[in-house]
Amino acid sequence: MSERNTGVYLCSGCGIGEALNMDALEKVSKSEYKLEPKSHACLCSDEGVGMIRSDIEGGVNQVIVAACSARVMTDRFAFEPNTLIRADLREKVIWSHPAGDEDTQMLAEDYLRMALASAPKINPPTPWIEGEYSQRICVLGGGVTGLNAALEAAAVGHDVLLIERSDRLGGWAVDASKRLPHRPPYAQPEENNIADLVAKVQGEGKITVRMGVTVTRTAGMPGKFAVTLSDGAVEDVGAIVIATGWRPYEAEKLGHLGYGASPDVVTNVQFEAMLKEGRPTRKSDGKALKSVAFVQCAGSRDPAHLPYCSNTCCATSLKQALELIETDPTTNCFVIYEEMRTPGTAEELYRTAQSAGVIFIKGKVKAVGSDLTVTVADELVQEEIPLQGLDMVVLATGMVPNSTNTMLPSEAGENPQLHGDVDPEAPIKVAGYAGEAPPAHERREQVVYEGASLLNLQYRQGPHLPVLHDGFADSHYICFPYETRRSGIYTCGPVRRPMDWAEAEEDAQGAVMKAVQAVRSAAAGAALHPRVGDLSYPKIGLNQCTKCRRCTVECPFGAIDETEEGFPSVNSTRCRRCGTCMGACPVRTISFDNYSVESLVTQIKSVNIPDEFSGKPRLLLIACENDAVPALDMAGIKHNNWSAFVRVLPVRCLGSVSLLCVSEALLGGYDGVMLMGCKAGDDYQCHFVKGSAMAAERLGKIGETLKSMMLEPERVVQVEASIADADRLPKVIDGFVEQIMAIGFNPMKGF
Amino acid sequence: MESTTRSRTILVVGGGISGITTAVEAAEAGHDVVLVEKSPTLGGRVAQLNRYFPKLCHPTCGLEINFQRIKKSRRIKVFTMATVAAVKGGAGGYTVTVKTSPRHVKPNCTACGDCGRAATSEIANPFNYNMDKVKAAYLPHTMAFPMRYVIDGSVAGTPEGEAIKAACKIGAVDLDEKEETFDVEVGAVVWATGWRPYPAEKLTAYRYDLPNVITNVEMERLASPDGPTKGKILRPSDGQAPKKIALIQCAGSRDLNHLAYCSRICCLASMKHAAYVREQLADAVVDVYYIDLRAHDKLESFLLRVKDDPQVRFVKSKPARIDPGAGDNPILCGENTLTREVYAEPYDLVVLATGMQPSTAEGDMPAFDGDLDDYGFIFPEGETISAGVAAGPLDVSMSVQSATAAALKAIRATMA
Repeated sequence: MSERNTGVYLCSGCGIGEALNMDALEKVSKSEYKLEPKSHACLCSDEGVGMIRSDIEGGVNQVIVAACSARVMTDRFAFEPNTLIRADLREKVIWSHPAGDEDTQMLAEDYLRMALASAPKINPPTPWIEGEYSQRICVLGGGVTGLNAALEAAAVGHDVLLIERSDRLGGWAVDASKRLPHRPPYAQPEENNIADLVAKVQGEGKITVRMGVTVTRTAGMPGKFAVTLSDGAVEDVGAIVIATGWRPYEAEKLGHLGYGASPDVVTNVQFEAMLKEGRPTRKSDGKALKSVAFVQCAGSRDPAHLPYCSNTCCATSLKQALELIETDPTTNCFVIYEEMRTPGTAEELYRTAQSAGVIFIKGKVKAVGSDLTVTVADELVQEEIPLQGLDMVVLATGMVPNSTNTMLPSEAGENPQLHGDVDPEAPIKVAGYAGEAPPAHERREQVVYEGASLLNLQYRQGPHLPVLHDGFADSHYICFPYETRRSGIYTCGPVRRPMDWAEAEEDAQGAVMKAVQAVRSAAAGAALHPRVGDLSYPKIGLNQCTKCRRCTVECPFGAIDETEEGFPSVNSTRCRRCGTCMGACPVRTISFDNYSVESLVTQIKSVNIPDEFSGKPRLLLIACENDAVPALDMAGIKHNNWSAFVRVLPVRCLGSVSLLCVSEALLGGYDGVMLMGCKAGDDYQCHFVKGSAMAAERLGKIGETLKSMMLEPERVVQVEASIADADRLPKVIDGFVEQIMAIGFNPMKGF
Repeated sequence: MESTTRSRTILVVGGGISGITTAVEAAEAGHDVVLVEKSPTLGGRVAQLNRYFPKLCHPTCGLEINFQRIKKSRRIKVFTMATVAAVKGGAGGYTVTVKTSPRHVKPNCTACGDCGRAATSEIANPFNYNMDKVKAAYLPHTMAFPMRYVIDGSVAGTPEGEAIKAACKIGAVDLDEKEETFDVEVGAVVWATGWRPYPAEKLTAYRYDLPNVITNVEMERLASPDGPTKGKILRPSDGQAPKKIALIQCAGSRDLNHLAYCSRICCLASMKHAAYVREQLADAVVDVYYIDLRAHDKLESFLLRVKDDPQVRFVKSKPARIDPGAGDNPILCGENTLTREVYAEPYDLVVLATGMQPSTAEGDMPAFDGDLDDYGFIFPEGETISAGVAAGPLDVSMSVQSATAAALKAIRATMA
């Protein structure tokens, strides 16, 4: 690397020059850091940016801009590959503190000091790029979702390895009759074109199909996965799309709905296969079907079975009834339902069924007898009515995700990663609303543990892809539905969420989009969501490592494995660059080129700490840059003021905060430390899954340290912030300042 | 053979959550993107939501990440206050005419706020569905991206306009700015034009003209800290906290006279509204009037949580009408489908769960010359690529799913 040449640029625009003493700011840079700053009345103007650019041409390779928040003017202050450090004098100083005030001035000078002090510790990141990368995409599962995923990946130029455990392609669709409508006018069942889809895949040269095999081992990382198949073959792939689909809920568990009591009580999947073969007849005696009842929510929305709604069963029953009526309009079809769920344009199919003469009974089925008498607790007439003379009862059983392979036995031993992320029984705890939890329904762990791992990941954190409650391998994030906790591995189709054919087709495209990004980013050494494009990665100084394993255990994405000697080994393309490992390391030997415990501690120590006779306390606010920092910016935009005794230190995630940051602050004379991050817990909002939770756990252990320093434990707190807290946070901060003032100054001050 | 006019650039029409998603997903796979949004900021309808179901988290959290992705990308060119005037050509080679409306603020605006302080007149605030007012020179909201002011055309040529112009120290005010058009060459076009709330005034029996009859989108603003009441749920007529609230499902949806389809999100949005009320107002009761309660997949657990609250009651009924009542209390009239009882129930506040109508429904998207379905949605087929609610009534998660898929479709189209 060429020698560091730091340029310092101060902006006096947007009222900064009127509110602050710019000469004093310049002096901080000049006399304390020996860097001659340049000031401009509007640094983001063409002239201001031009001044910086010409300095870069003249050899400046690191730029410090003291102006507005780092969240704005990013297109103006863009000097890659030179490093850029921003000090916020606008949102977090003059917009949130009184102008012309001594304390505001001290705040601004400290923010400038923090930027200046960090400069020597921040290097331009060199990406991790090593050896060969595979652009091939592996698709697991050869049903509708997997076939579409394979075709889509091939269509954008990627080779595909398609793995199917059975000896045929097409999945459930092969045994199905017509499709649910998905094209305008959405009113009629559509032709099942699965044979065409299979033929297309078989005719696509970029797709290698492997049937009758499973994955016994997956090692490596995005761009460099080695997938071992049950026949011993080892395949290199760059990303993996899981499209293992669903299986019907076990009808054997639905004895109360007559399953097993009569051969003429069948599941919707069995009935679908019968429809495919032509007009179904009674299984018991071969007689024609004149009267058929469809029982909805057979297992679904039932705390004793599947707590969720399987999404597709209502429309499927309507379709099956319509297929019966189409071949014999005199067929009596009863649909017994609690809520008719035909969302979106599926409402048209409901309308078609109504006009075709399907009879709808709103109620809950109490029992189905061996003579096919269906007893319904009818909600409309509010009494139990027996429905008799039926020729067949079809149970609309729900979808169970194939997040494991139940055709193979599960591995011995529990895998903690398979526990659900979200507790479905937890009350809603957001901002004070705590509705009582619904009646406890069983955690269906047995479903999750029913089979073998799909990929058998050779990861320190276990072989499985973490799943949400109910066993679906879905994202926890509403805004980012393809986020899994295993980088480069994406899920789509009914293994992710109960969904129909058309939705699964689209879902396959979405997952392939992410897989394409994963292989391209891996080869460039660039991070995936949410720190997209970040070229930094964690470097571990093994000579200092004590093999404590905290980094390998705490990484939210399972990016760090252990060598046989017990040392951590970073799989760089699995890493999302949150820094949780850096915060975890007790000997602080994990760092990024541009982000380290050292770069944080240097900033903390750079702040001027007045002595206690000044009456001016100093508090450190370590704030998560994802939600807390934007919320503080917006507090500034709204001109909400907070105490000028507080110094904000933005961090990638609270998970990256080493306890050393806290203890160094207190040793250095700060009177209190507040950590501010995203909501932890079951409904977590942390973008790196458990950063806030890890920070809380670490802080739980700081009591002893504080005691040894003769300090009150109340001097260190952690608070939750949401991005919408622009009005609340200033009050939270001021409340903490008051609390600290009540305790008194830090006795370590001045030592 | 590749012709020289082929472009790998992708045009995305609409800067809501779907359009943003398509843009960043395509850009992060190495494609240049032009993102065109008709309003002054990105974020669309989700920026106007207080929270999402079922996590009750804030949509601005995800928007912040997406805005950061746009800022980092360098491949995405954003045009706000811009619409598509014409599309010519075919997959792999389109010429698209983009029309921009005057913002009256130049790109060098720093959002310092001097113009806002100089402005004296006020205009209806579109961000809060016109429930309050903003200065004629305004930042659309605190999460606005791009973070630049807008000056309403009404002050052009007035002394106020001159004062606003004089207040700007960097000369970023341009009151003479005119509509402009320019062409872009792109390889694919993605329509992510979203939706609007179905006009409640068309539901004449539900008396949206009464002060205490509001819509579900207005309820979002009432509950939002940046809303007209700073997040307090108050009756529009007298600013009092309501004690008895009705949420009417399928206000327009599943109705052949209005929206024939189910809008999918309204039931769950109303569960969220029940939670807003119960969080703020311990004594309040909420009655939900419904035909079917539709909580798809795991969202069932959200419905169950709200159902377990004894102060939230469920009435299976599609109300026939609303009558005006004493004390500005709307009276909800109809028949309970289960008990057959006829009711005429006064409420402090009635919220109409109006559905989502595609922005393309009324033929006001002249540049789109493909086929619309009977409801006005853009069915993705052939060269036509649509994303999110432009393609059908979807929730946020499904819209993002659809938009991610649309990015791949667009990349395919540029390779065609």
